[in-house]
Amino acid sequence: MNLWLALALMGAGTYAIRLSMLVFVSHERLPAAVRDALQFVMPAVLMAIILPAVLYTGDDASFDLSIGNERLLAALIAGATAWLARNVWLTVGVGMGALWLLQWAG
Amino acid sequence: MLQYPSRMSEFFAGMRGQVPLLLGVAPFGMAYGAYAIETGLSGGMTQAMSSVIFGGASQFVAVQLIAGGVPGAMIVLAVLLVNLRHMLYSASLAPYVAHLDARWRWLLAYLLTDEAYAVGMQRYRRDDESPRKHWFLFGSGIALWSTWQVTTAAGILLGAALPESWSLDFALPLTFIALLIPVLTGRPAFAAAGVAGAIAVLGYDWPYATELITAIGGGLVAGMLAERLLRERVSPA
Repeated sequence: MNLWLALALMGAGTYAIRLSMLVFVSHERLPAAVRDALQFVMPAVLMAIILPAVLYTGDDASFDLSIGNERLLAALIAGATAWLARNVWLTVGVGMGALWLLQWAG
Repeated sequence: MLQYPSRMSEFFAGMRGQVPLLLGVAPFGMAYGAYAIETGLSGGMTQAMSSVIFGGASQFVAVQLIAGGVPGAMIVLAVLLVNLRHMLYSASLAPYVAHLDARWRWLLAYLLTDEAYAVGMQRYRRDDESPRKHWFLFGSGIALWSTWQVTTAAGILLGAALPESWSLDFALPLTFIALLIPVLTGRPAFAAAGVAGAIAVLGYDWPYATELITAIGGGLVAGMLAERLLRERVSPA
């Protein structure tokens, strides 16, 4: 297959996925249980992105669930900050600061 | 009479809401551009993927498969599999934008990525009745889109110039942590997050991000089950 044709199909397909429930199908036609479940998309997707990014670290991206994992420690500190302060910039600032400090100390 | 924020102030608030994520997206965009060029892809194709597909993880997969000489139809399928989770964002956003005319919905769908969805939904979850919240999502999506285009170009031209030792990629999970805490509003939400996180970790090396869509699906089921269990405990049948 020509590469540009493949690109057009990848783009059209991805766009169709994003359009699906916004334009092609009315969300009201989804079963009530599915609509109800959609309230959990946010916590699910956020945690599904956070956890691997925190637990698979280092140059070889190996699994590390230990006190020696700087990203895990920094993430826990950031989580506590978010819990107390409810502020995105403060959370990111404290988390990055913690990571740099731990990397520098370690 | 209550005065809601203007379109422009919603738009710029959406852009600002995206900025912490951009710290993590910028090195990712440059890494993508640099990687694609390294595998021998043309600069035009590398940049076109960023605007036509506009989905970071799926673009990495596409480049990898193209470099490996995988047949085009397989590459298309793999990319769509990686992006399938956006259907859930589409469904979850739909009730909030159902009143908008079709042009808006086509525009917002094009911008519907992990990052824009996560930031935009914060605005929809706030309980004021502003009729202009879609401008917030639009601003958030445009901020991400332009950063992705510019950093792709920078990666093509300069290579991955931001040193990895700065760990800027970590700004992405950190921002998501800040967005996660406020949506953990009860035990069902905890269950959804816990199960989704566990599946994503266990399936870390599954192909084509299939662990992500599985994790989100598992999280939805866990949230529903937890909700049902709690309801039964409160009012025994």
